[in-house]
Amino acid sequence: MGELRLMKGNEALAEAAIRAGVDGYFGYPITPQSEVIEYLMAEKPFDRTGMIVLQAESEVASINMLYGGGGTGKKVMTSSSSPGISLMQEGLSYMAGAEIPCVVANVVRGGPGLGDIQPAQSDYFQSVKGGGHGDYRLPVLAPASVQEMSDFVPLSFDLAFKYRTPVLIVADGLIGQMMEKVELFDPVPRLTDEEVIERYPWATNGKPKGQERRILTSLHLDPYKLEKHNMLLQEKYRKLEAEEVRFEMIDCETADYIIIAYGSSARIAQKSIQLAGEEGIKVGLLRPISLWPFPKQPIDDLVKKGVKGFLAVEMSAGQMVEDVRLTVRERTKVEHFGRYGGVIHSPEEVLEALKNQLIGG
Amino acid sequence: MTEEIIIAGFGGQGVLSMGKILAYSGIMQDQEVSWFPAYGPEMRGGTANVTVILSDERISSPTLTAYDTAIILNQQSMDKFEETVKPGGVLIYDPNGITHHPTRKDIKIYKIEGARIATEMGNTKIFNMVVLGGYLKVKPIVKMDNVIRGLKKSLHERYHKLIPLNEDAITMGMKNVIEIN
Repeated sequence: MGELRLMKGNEALAEAAIRAGVDGYFGYPITPQSEVIEYLMAEKPFDRTGMIVLQAESEVASINMLYGGGGTGKKVMTSSSSPGISLMQEGLSYMAGAEIPCVVANVVRGGPGLGDIQPAQSDYFQSVKGGGHGDYRLPVLAPASVQEMSDFVPLSFDLAFKYRTPVLIVADGLIGQMMEKVELFDPVPRLTDEEVIERYPWATNGKPKGQERRILTSLHLDPYKLEKHNMLLQEKYRKLEAEEVRFEMIDCETADYIIIAYGSSARIAQKSIQLAGEEGIKVGLLRPISLWPFPKQPIDDLVKKGVKGFLAVEMSAGQMVEDVRLTVRERTKVEHFGRYGGVIHSPEEVLEALKNQLIGG
Repeated sequence: MTEEIIIAGFGGQGVLSMGKILAYSGIMQDQEVSWFPAYGPEMRGGTANVTVILSDERISSPTLTAYDTAIILNQQSMDKFEETVKPGGVLIYDPNGITHHPTRKDIKIYKIEGARIATEMGNTKIFNMVVLGGYLKVKPIVKMDNVIRGLKKSLHERYHKLIPLNEDAITMGMKNVIEIN
């Protein structure tokens, strides 16, 4: 068993970065995510593993530092909260195009604009539909506990390098700020320069003798070449859809109704399900862990099994619910419930919504 | 066993650290724990509160609207949280600065004069440990030796010399908590 600690989600993410053998973290402080860079600065990871931690001059600078670092085959990471992530969208689109691996964590707060500093889930569209321009997708993981804030860091890097893509970790202020018990995984050493050169034949870390010049770019002025490049990207996205869907199901086997919720809403919904059970209402929880690729298959299976309806619970005005509707295709009822703008819905409110919108409605 | 607690008072009273020590004590006895503070505008208004949950099972929602126990340390928190105690639950408060005392009859109410006792002990900083002692007398959900281990984990080593003082404060709290109804 690994070391047990009581940590904030943000701190667990930061500690996991050191333990996962990350080479560089480039960030800029913003509430409710600032503990990530605070923890890293205090922990002096350069002394522990040689990992670089740098406060960039802005979020735009940090994402472009990832472009440079990731391009050399190094494990690079940043984190921010909603307004900062918006600033990074250009860089993410470029990296998706140039197929550069990196990990970006978004501890979401209320929006739009500067919004507030309270928890929200209103960056779902931005995360899964491509917040930047062009035909691209990013794998998106949504932790629902402090433990997952830690565990999803190495997982995200595995995906980032396997598929050569930026990977998003989408949490929110609640997951970032709360403390829970976390079992830390054993540290993995950083790769040596030689190992990086050997493992990543695409990385721009110097032209080896007798090999072609390596170019990482998102610019392909010949439309036929760009179309071909896009086709390769689409192939990669289809492979991700086939192989990297992640989800959790709780009490779905016997359920009449299903709540679909991710991150902190999934935690709140678990309580609602208990409360429903006390009133004799059978409700299950389907928790998407990968927001993209979205877990369509389990939803489809539940529709075929004859559940009476789905309630998408998210701290937004209704974003993920669109993907649920696309999957259910009007075969059964799909409703949305959520408080937003930084307001966290209570387990009782979720249960009320379930009764009013699905059972009674 | 699941215990859902709200601890609420002024910033600087040690509300968040009391919750943290309680959570660490839970970990020391292999329980699941969660600790979620108010970190937004309400914190900036001068009040602080934290939701702490200890459970033998996986914890669902880390934010709640009804609690098994409310530990209340100022009037604003009394106004806000008296109503949130579940019927049959527990409310513990320090009467110092309280003008409207709790009136509910369907819950158990206890008084702990934490501020006075801490002052008499010569160190107002141990106020929160006196209150914690009062709570642990009413609800002995964590063992004393696990609290001490929790204290060791949550305090920096340079403060470990203060652990006996904290232990005394907890003991004083245990001795001085008074049942009201």
